[in-house]
Amino acid sequence: MPVLEVENLVKQYPGVRAVDGISFELGEGVCFGLLGPNGAGKTTTLEILEGITEPDSGRILYRGAPRDARFREVIGIQFQHTALQDFQTVGEALALFASFYPRLRPLQELIDMCRLGDLLERDTRKLSGGQRQRLLLAIALVNDPDVVFLDEPTTGLDPQSRRNFWRLVETIKQEGKTVLMTTHYMEEASVLCDEIAVVDHGRVIARGRPDRLLNEHFPRALVRLPRHVIPDPARLPAGFETEHQHVVAATDDIDATLAELNRMQVPLDDLHISTPTLDDLFLKLTGHGLRES
Amino acid sequence: MRLSRITAVVSARNREFYRDRAGLGWNILMPMAMVLGLAFIFNSPESTLYRVGVLGEVSAEASPFLTTRHVQFIAQDDEAAAIDKVRHHRIDLLLDLRGSGRYWVNEASPNGYIVERLLLQSTASANGSTLPREAVSGRAVRYVDWVLPGVLAMNVTFSSLWGVGWVIVRYRKNGVLRRLRATPLTAAEFLIAQVVSRLLVVSSVTLLVFFGTNLLLDFPMHGSYLALALVFLSGAVALISMGLAVSARVHSEELADGLLSLISWPMMILSGVWFSLEGTNAWAQRIAEVLPLTHMVDAARRIMLDGAGVADVAPEILLLSAIGVTLLGLSAKAFRWQ
Repeated sequence: MPVLEVENLVKQYPGVRAVDGISFELGEGVCFGLLGPNGAGKTTTLEILEGITEPDSGRILYRGAPRDARFREVIGIQFQHTALQDFQTVGEALALFASFYPRLRPLQELIDMCRLGDLLERDTRKLSGGQRQRLLLAIALVNDPDVVFLDEPTTGLDPQSRRNFWRLVETIKQEGKTVLMTTHYMEEASVLCDEIAVVDHGRVIARGRPDRLLNEHFPRALVRLPRHVIPDPARLPAGFETEHQHVVAATDDIDATLAELNRMQVPLDDLHISTPTLDDLFLKLTGHGLRES
Repeated sequence: MRLSRITAVVSARNREFYRDRAGLGWNILMPMAMVLGLAFIFNSPESTLYRVGVLGEVSAEASPFLTTRHVQFIAQDDEAAAIDKVRHHRIDLLLDLRGSGRYWVNEASPNGYIVERLLLQSTASANGSTLPREAVSGRAVRYVDWVLPGVLAMNVTFSSLWGVGWVIVRYRKNGVLRRLRATPLTAAEFLIAQVVSRLLVVSSVTLLVFFGTNLLLDFPMHGSYLALALVFLSGAVALISMGLAVSARVHSEELADGLLSLISWPMMILSGVWFSLEGTNAWAQRIAEVLPLTHMVDAARRIMLDGAGVADVAPEILLLSAIGVTLLGLSAKAFRWQ
């Protein structure tokens, strides 16, 4: 049975349909990513699932039944924008949130996992971006949740902090927790997510495992050469097309493509082979770049 | 509802309060400075209008003194109550025109002294006789003694209204409420925790101000400390709940500030903190009746100046508690986390 079933969610704000009929399922222990540009409706969708925002219509089932008051006890949330009360230390913030839940994960374990040991006495307002995200994650995990919601957890972090944070999410995944995250970093999605849904204008426009989605929409590789290395520009090797100053072949069979180039005695010194990325996928699906709104 | 959640939120809010040194200093020093400043200013109060209570018919035929300008004559029915008013500076002099006539004056009242001079001059020039003088017996009350219970109550009012209203709007704006909403903490638990935390603050600050200023001003406290504590506590609950009601849905600090001012300023003026409402017009008195501060001030004065006990001020305590519980219920219902 899926952990979460989302059916036809709709949320209208004045002048914008933020969520326009989103449906998906979340299997046990899966890390599911909602991908999309800013304003695509990812955060609104997440907040509806968390019970923070009421949808206009649609159905959400947790383990086959509508969510009840106990749902809050089994989920953990890391918000994109959040504040903690002023004048409290990291340790106090953890203890405060721990007091809200009947079931708890041992605090020391959480402190070790999120590497907060040296920060327990520090005022929460004096944390760096990465430290703060680790504290917010620890707070999200304080009740040993069944489902963890992460809303753009690494936005604004430096590359090193981001990678550290990914390792933490990997740990959570290894514990078998179900994770639902939003991100607009494609690399993050391909590293962490078992399954993704690409969201644009409040709709899911593609869904599946990242590698399968790429295979579905693209040949395996793009082979690219500068145009001037082709001995006879009037006769291109089979499968190649001219693209500005290059000739490019989209291919599923790299060996065959290379054999063709050898047959035509094309020098391969400037050969470039690349695999399509989620960025390419998004561009293809939506017609606009992922990082544009 | 879980007690452990409430106590956790109370201690988090308390920490936030007492670790904010600047705010803490302001919360304690401001009321003290206010009481002392007032004591200094009002030690010789100047008033262009004198108030004279009259037992019997108020008419020019009864006494030529009643035609004196800039003096307001207020009919009194109950002699004992009217004498108390002289003691409490609510009227400057009490004139009894029933029978052969006499008057009461508070020897500690500068206004009383002036009005007495006017009275004596007026009656002497009219018929050459003098009226028998009755000094108000027992404890004479200085103006500062009279105004102090009001200032204490006013401090409770400001601290209660702003201490929760403002904080909740700030929490809503910066996302603290949104984060709390994602936990099993309920609105009722959160609001009760805010009330309890603020009650602790208001009680400690009021205690400090009460005993701190008493060292310097030596004001009278003739009644029951328990009664005074109950009056201030029930008053604080009523006003904290009023602050909660204001902040239940408001998103902007500016709007919250405006609404809280809208509530507090009429109370400042009409609740009898600074001057007696004796002789003011009827609608002002009717509005005053519905303001919690009026009842708090009135009960506190009766305790501190007249020695009232818990039973004497029970109606005020019950009324203030009822206002508090009702508004708290309404606030919990109307409350929005975001």
